[in-house]
Order: sequence, then structure tokens, then C-alpha cells
Amino acid sequence: MHKPVSIDELQDIIRSAEKVRACGAGTKPALSRDATLTTTGLTGILEYEPSEYTFTALAGTPLSEIRDALAKNGQLFPFDPPFVEAGATIGGTTASGLSGPGRFRYGGIRDFILGVKMVTGEGRVVFGGGKVVKNAAGFDIPKLVTGSLGRMGVLVELTFKVFPIPETWTTIRADFSDIGQASAAMIRLAMSQQELQCLDLEPPGRVWLRIGGLSGAVAVRTERVRTLLQNGDSSVNVETFSDEDDVKLWSYAREFRWVSDNQSLMKMPISPTQVTLVEKLIGQSDFESTRRYSVGGNVLWLAVPRTVTGEAIDQLCQQLGRPALALTGSWSDPQRGARHGHVFAGRLLSVFDPGSRFLMSPTA
Amino acid sequence: MSAKPESAVARNVAAFFTELRRIYSADQILTNNAQLAPYESDGLTSFRARPCGVVLPETQQEVIDTVKLCHRFEMPFIARGSGTSLSGGSVPIEDGLVIAMNRLNRILRYDAQQRVAVVEPGVINLKVSQHVAADSLYYAPDPSSGPVCTIGGNVAFNSGGAHCLKYGMTSNHVLGIKVVLPDGEIVELGGDSLESVGPDLTGMFIGSEGLFGVALEVTLRLLPKPEKYYTLQAAYDSLEKAGNAVAMVIASRLLPGAMEIMDRLSMDAAEAASAAGYPKDAKAILIVELEGTTDEVEAEKPLLHRVIEESGAYIVEAARDEEHRLKIWKGRKSAFSAVGRLSPDFIVQDGVVPRTKLAEALAEIDRLSEKYKIRVANVFHAGDGNLHPLVMFDGREEGALHKAEELSGEIIRLCIRLGGSITGEHGVGLEKKMYLGEMYGEDDIEFMHQLARSIDPLELSNRGKKLPSAVPPALLTRGAHPLETAGVIFRD
Repeated sequence: MHKPVSIDELQDIIRSAEKVRACGAGTKPALSRDATLTTTGLTGILEYEPSEYTFTALAGTPLSEIRDALAKNGQLFPFDPPFVEAGATIGGTTASGLSGPGRFRYGGIRDFILGVKMVTGEGRVVFGGGKVVKNAAGFDIPKLVTGSLGRMGVLVELTFKVFPIPETWTTIRADFSDIGQASAAMIRLAMSQQELQCLDLEPPGRVWLRIGGLSGAVAVRTERVRTLLQNGDSSVNVETFSDEDDVKLWSYAREFRWVSDNQSLMKMPISPTQVTLVEKLIGQSDFESTRRYSVGGNVLWLAVPRTVTGEAIDQLCQQLGRPALALTGSWSDPQRGARHGHVFAGRLLSVFDPGSRFLMSPTA
Repeated sequence: MSAKPESAVARNVAAFFTELRRIYSADQILTNNAQLAPYESDGLTSFRARPCGVVLPETQQEVIDTVKLCHRFEMPFIARGSGTSLSGGSVPIEDGLVIAMNRLNRILRYDAQQRVAVVEPGVINLKVSQHVAADSLYYAPDPSSGPVCTIGGNVAFNSGGAHCLKYGMTSNHVLGIKVVLPDGEIVELGGDSLESVGPDLTGMFIGSEGLFGVALEVTLRLLPKPEKYYTLQAAYDSLEKAGNAVAMVIASRLLPGAMEIMDRLSMDAAEAASAAGYPKDAKAILIVELEGTTDEVEAEKPLLHRVIEESGAYIVEAARDEEHRLKIWKGRKSAFSAVGRLSPDFIVQDGVVPRTKLAEALAEIDRLSEKYKIRVANVFHAGDGNLHPLVMFDGREEGALHKAEELSGEIIRLCIRLGGSITGEHGVGLEKKMYLGEMYGEDDIEFMHQLARSIDPLELSNRGKKLPSAVPPALLTRGAHPLETAGVIFRD
């Protein structure tokens, strides 16, 4: 596996190889299994000016390193990236387009990326976006590469917008008797003016949410959220967690510690109003699974036994009219279900990667 | 009329219009000079071009058929909303076709539980928030032109507004777009979920300034309306102090929804227009708006007041009620048009500088203003470093426009030099394309050209905008309008 330590070296490797598949630290094995190159040799925070709310880092920089630098200045990743403890890099996270539960409040990784420097399939260095928090010049290449799974180029340098850490956090857990009630509560909270940081649903009936803000307001806000959750039904059990317990609960969710070693993890974007349908369809399928709905029901994290086939996942995708992305496990193609806009993407690819150097054979 | 042989171009244009009449009824096609006049320029009146015609589609199919027809005849076109662009982005292509999208103004789907609305591109920005207000939802991007500008235009130019630091720009609030590419191919980008799989094609389309085709349907993300706003206006005896106050608010870890600064000259202008009641001796006004749940905002208030007091504000006034709050915002949002009271013409600049360089940028603009002996009013989104210098001139004076443009150019270069951007939210359009190559390298510009041509090899869709280029071919056409030669249009 190549491990370039400079942009020149990276260009040389790309120009001389027939096929190139880049990865970061390899924390999403379904996406990195055919990797020929790792960006972990390109590491370090290049610029960080806390008062600008921006940082620029090389693609192979571990998220944990950036998180610690941000935390020292009272700031965080607003998109709450997953696999931080597992060692994920900022480049790999961008290329896989992943955000965590905290993206509920302000947006996902695509909403916070500002600039990118990358090397294309022809070995050209391309710069897109900018280093300031607001910019409408040029094409939005930083957004395009988000989720592009290495098909557009190898990411070298990334600039992101960050936000201040709330003074205090509190987690609230509510247990409902069935998925219908839990899903209705989740939607009620998502539509409310409570400005939640996270809003997850663990089937069949558990809703998790997180409040962040000034300590002076947390008690009152928690009570208001409790009232909204119970909606007049005091039999709904509501518990709160703070300090270390709060931190651990979200780390457990974000790091996917709830997924076992013999399961494969998939990400499936859905709509909040589909949650009960998803539960019904999965109930009818012939495989067991563990699930967690996140971002107010906009994403399903689905853990299935390693034995489940791509066809079974495709069928679920088709029934829901949604795509899916496998993060762990072994798949002929980690992208499942229909792909939108492929004509548009294909034309752009003819410029980013005219020789299809970054296209790996799906059966490889 | 002499019996000159028809030119190939004219014959072609006549055939084009014959085909166009198969798509549209007569009253949906505008060709005479009086009808075309309103479409000759946009919010930036110093650019002007005459299209060969304007069509007024009412359905998506009409738009698709029009784009296909343009492709067949190699007729350049621009899709246009309300024409509020401040960068010349919606100026027509000389002798090209204008597709006026305003009649495609239906809200096709609204799902409060899902917090999305699917709208046609001609829907007015503010109408979206009005439509969903009963569920306490709103559409966050709020350009000052919100009451008139369209979602289609917002998408093409990635419009911003006063709340971008916290909530981002248009691209952060659009989940999916149905597009007709410049050759008539239909593509669906993104979807209706906040999450997606694969490259962010929606994000790539937004801000492409028409070069990638025409949006037919846009899926918008809606947010719950903040329960409480707390808007404060602080007066300073220097612009620098107001700038430093912004840095202090940021350092306090508050995340206000908006932070805006107006200098003395813009206050004078706004005062003349809306009697906003600004302190007469203030050199700068800072507007800070907190928003969120009532309890959170109540807890943040004392913290904000402490910071503002320490920053040296000599008058601090908080909005008493919603009416007062709207009055404060009206003063701020009317500043652009109000400058018209102080000067017959002006250029609005839109550069961005790193927030820590705000004071330096303002001092330099002040120096440039003196050097050129041109008045420059400053109104800006201080929270995100987005400057809006208003460069005043009198277009009737010989060379005044040229001088004002030269000064504007120096301000743009200043923003690049300080590590910022040539445009925060108005887009490149016609006005700033010669500066794009100074912000990006030559290779990057060439790459952008290649991207544009990959989507539109004939460069039909909004040709000549955004990317620096030689003079677009259509502008070289002189003499009689091809349609006149073809006997399709007549001068009144």
C-alpha cells in the first residue's frame, strides 16, 4: 500500500498507477478493502484560528487530533463525525460523507466543508472552495467530493467551519410502548422549537435526545422536553443523564459500539415519516438486525448479520425507494440501491477522472 | 425593405421562433422592444444586453421543450427569476433567449412532519416561509431581496442573507433538485432526506450560476422557527470598536443568529429612507440577534449585554417587541436601496475577509475611498466577514463608472489578499469574473471551464457568466438584430 508523504509523491503515484483506490485509516472496511493508497502519511493541522471558526488540515489527520485541538479552544465539529475513537481521518470521513447524531442541530459534513485541495485522476492538483466561512465563488467542489468515495480524486487538504461547544449537555431518554408512539414522539420533537442537538430512536420504543446550552437554562428546557415527550401520558417513562453518563451514551451511539463483530453496518438515508414502514418491512424480512434511527429519523443505521446478501439489501432499498451504503462487511459494491443523477455525475467524472483510474471493478 | 438575401443566422432564428410557437401560445412569447426592455438587465444595472426573445413557460414540460429546442438550434439561453442579481448574473445573452421562470411558482408538496417543501423555481423566497408559518416552520436563507427574489435564482447563485454564520447559505437548505441539463436531459439530484449516499451533486449544482442547466423542482429543508428572538442595537464612536465587539461576542462562545454592522454613511442613507432613528453621532451600529428557545435566549441575554458593554458601546438598545425588532431589520435591509438617496448610482461589493482581518479591511477601504475621492458606505454581515461596500458614483459624469469600478476592483483584490473571497453571496456573474482567476489559479479556472463544458459542451446555458473568458461570441454580433432581418421583430 502506498503512503505518500507529500503532494508531489501522491501525484507521481497516481500518474504511474493503472488503478488507485485511496483510503484513510481504514475504519470503514467495506469502503477501503481494495485500497492501494493511504493518506495517513499526509497528516497535521495546517491552520487553526479559533476566532475564525475554521481549520485546515491534511486529509490523513485523525479526527481525534483535530477534536482535541478544537476542544482546547472550546470548539467542536458541528457535524459530530463517527468513528473518532476508532481512528478515522478527516479525509476518509469526508469521502464517505459521514456525520453523527449531533448533525441534527446544525447540519452534516456537507454543510461544514469549506474548501478542498485534491489530486484528480490525471494527477492534477485542484483547489475548490475557500478558507472563509462564506464563499460563493467558483463551483462547489468541496460539496461534490463529500460522499464521493474516492471517485473524484484523492483528497489532500480540507477546510471546515466549526462551532463553539455548548456550556453543558443533558441527555433525555423516553420509553414508549411501540414504534408508532416512539416515531410520533420523535416527529413531534423534531418539529418543536426545542433546538435539540441530537434526536435518535432505538426501536422498538426508545427515543434519545440531547440538549446543549447554558447551564442556567438546562433544567427548564429539560422539563419542557419531558412535557412534549409525554404529551399528556405520564406513563411514558422519561429519564435524564448528565456529565459523564451523557458523554458515554453518545459516544456509544457515534462509535457504533452497539454493532457486534459478526454484523455489517449500513447507512440508509430515509425520511422521518418512513420509520414505521421500515420497521414493518424489516420485520417481514428473513434476517435479524439491530437498528438505530438518527438525525430525527433522516438516517437509519442498520446492522445485519454478515451472511446477509447484497440482493437482500437491494430489495429493501427498492421497497423504500432509498439508497444504502455499507460501511463494514464484505460487499461486491458498498453502494446499494438506485443512484440518482448519474448522468450529471458521469459528465463531471469525465473531467475529474477521464481515465477511470479511481473506478474499481465492482467485483474486484 | 431591400431584397437582400436572408443570412443563415436569420433564417435559423426565424425557424427557431416558428418551433417556439409550437410550444407556446402567442402571449407567452415576447419579442418586441417594449416587452424585452424589462429583461435587458438585472439588479446590477450597469450591464445590459438585448435578448432575441423572452418566453414565459407555465409548466416544466414547456421549459424542457424550450431547452431542447435551444440545444437543437444552438441558441444560447438564460433562465431567469425576478432578476434581482447584484452581479449581473441574470443579464440576458445578447440575441439569446430568456426563459422567465416566474410563472412556475407552485408549491408542489409540503410535509410538515418531514420538514420539507418541494417547490417550483419561480416561487418567491419569502412565500415559502409564509406558506409553512402555521406549523411554526420557516425557510432559513433570507437575502434582503427575499420579498421578490425566487428560489430558482437563489439556487443558481447560492444566495445568503444575514443568518449565514449559524445556518449557512442556500446550499445548506436544499436537499434535492430536478434539473434539465443544457441538452434537455433530465436528472434528479439528491432527494428529500437530510442524509444521502454518493457525491453531493445537489451541492455541486447550487451556485453554478446557470451553467449547469435549469432547476425545475427544488426540495427545501425547513427549520422550526426560533421561539424567541432578542435583537440588540449598539452604537459605537468608531467602526473599529464595532468590529472588535464582533470578535468579543465570538470569543464569548455565544452563537448569535446574526451580527450586522452599518457605518455612518449607510445609517444616513437608511435614515433618509426609513427614519430608523439611529443615534446622530454614532460612527457605527452593531446589530446582534440571539435566537432560540425562550429559556436559552433569556440565559444568554446577560452574557451578551456584558460583552457589548465591555466592547465600549455608548448606547445599547434592545428591541422592545416584535414590531421594534422588525424596524431595526428594516433599517438594515433597506440600506442598499437607501443609498440611492445619497447617490444616483452605486456598485455593491460582496467580498469576504477572515473575521480577524475586518478592521484592517475597513481601514484600507477608507483609505481607498479617500484616494479615489469616492464615497463608500459600508454595510456588512460582520459575523461571517462578508463586506458590502457600496461604492457611490454619478453615472452621468464622464468616466465616473469606470473610476468606481476601478475602486471596486481594488476592494476585491484586498479581499483576496487578506485570504478571503471575491463573493460571499451575490455570485460572480458578469461583474466579478475577471477576478476569479486571481482568487484561484489559472489551472483551477481551466478546470472549472472543463467542468462547465462537460455539462454543456455548446456553452448555451447562461454563456459568458461566472467564468473568466474571452468576449462571448454573441456580443460580437453588431448591426441589425437577426430577428429584425428575419422579419420577426420590429423597432417601435
